[in-house]
Amino acid sequence: MRTAFRHAAILLALQIVGARVGIAGEVVQVKIADLAYSPAEITIKEGDTIEWVNSDFIDHTATANNGDWDVLIAAGQSARQQFNHAGTSKYFCRVHPDMTGTVHVVAGK
Amino acid sequence: MRYFSTTLAAAFALAALTSPTFAADKPTDPQIAHIAYTAGDIDVKAGQLALKKSKNQAVRSFASDMVRDHKAVNEKALALVKKLNVTPEDNDTSKALSKQAAEKQAELSKLSGAAFDKAYIENEVAFHKTVDGALETTLIPSSSNAELKSLLQTGLKIFQGHLAHAEHLASSFK
Repeated sequence: MRTAFRHAAILLALQIVGARVGIAGEVVQVKIADLAYSPAEITIKEGDTIEWVNSDFIDHTATANNGDWDVLIAAGQSARQQFNHAGTSKYFCRVHPDMTGTVHVVAGK
Repeated sequence: MRYFSTTLAAAFALAALTSPTFAADKPTDPQIAHIAYTAGDIDVKAGQLALKKSKNQAVRSFASDMVRDHKAVNEKALALVKKLNVTPEDNDTSKALSKQAAEKQAELSKLSGAAFDKAYIENEVAFHKTVDGALETTLIPSSSNAELKSLLQTGLKIFQGHLAHAEHLASSFK
């Protein structure tokens, strides 16, 4: 029993450290509701992470037009993508391609 | 040629909804719920057939999206009719759609490889065009319950996305 608690504590500690290591910049939310990204255009800094929060009852994706990244955001869930390089990415939902968005990443450090 | 005949027949079944005769006697909410559910179910079955037959990754991915989305919409529709205490009512449009969909399934089942992929995607384009048109011109304007109308409007947006996706895929088969 004591060993189990120790394992759980180690696991929790690793998760906390992992979360800190994984996300260096800020986490900026983009909401998905009624088949639209909001805001549809967003500017973030290098190292920031976008978290898409899907409040629709169907799954969506955020997929870079150039194929560099592809995030599945399940119905009622959220998912993240970190942006480490300055530039502009246009993206869309693979399932509902009339949903489109733009991410501007600016050098910020 | 026969392949197109059932697509057209299905289109006529839904297009009949917009005819002046039908407009005078617009569908009731229980009938609308039944038609919308039937159309969704038809596309789930078509997607399941594609997943069984196709080896094309883009087609399989599209089919998988169709099965997932239409099931989600139909689950939402079922929950809504239960909440509203409405019993979906079978009607001539639903019956015609089901009959024609069964014929279409039989036609598609006989095809394989690239011929199947092309026929499936072309049918998806035609089917979504027809369903979107029926939703826009008849089913949404005729629905009286606000929640049903709202679900149909969301459904229309979803299916318009499917149409754009299907058209994009169809262009790769030309």
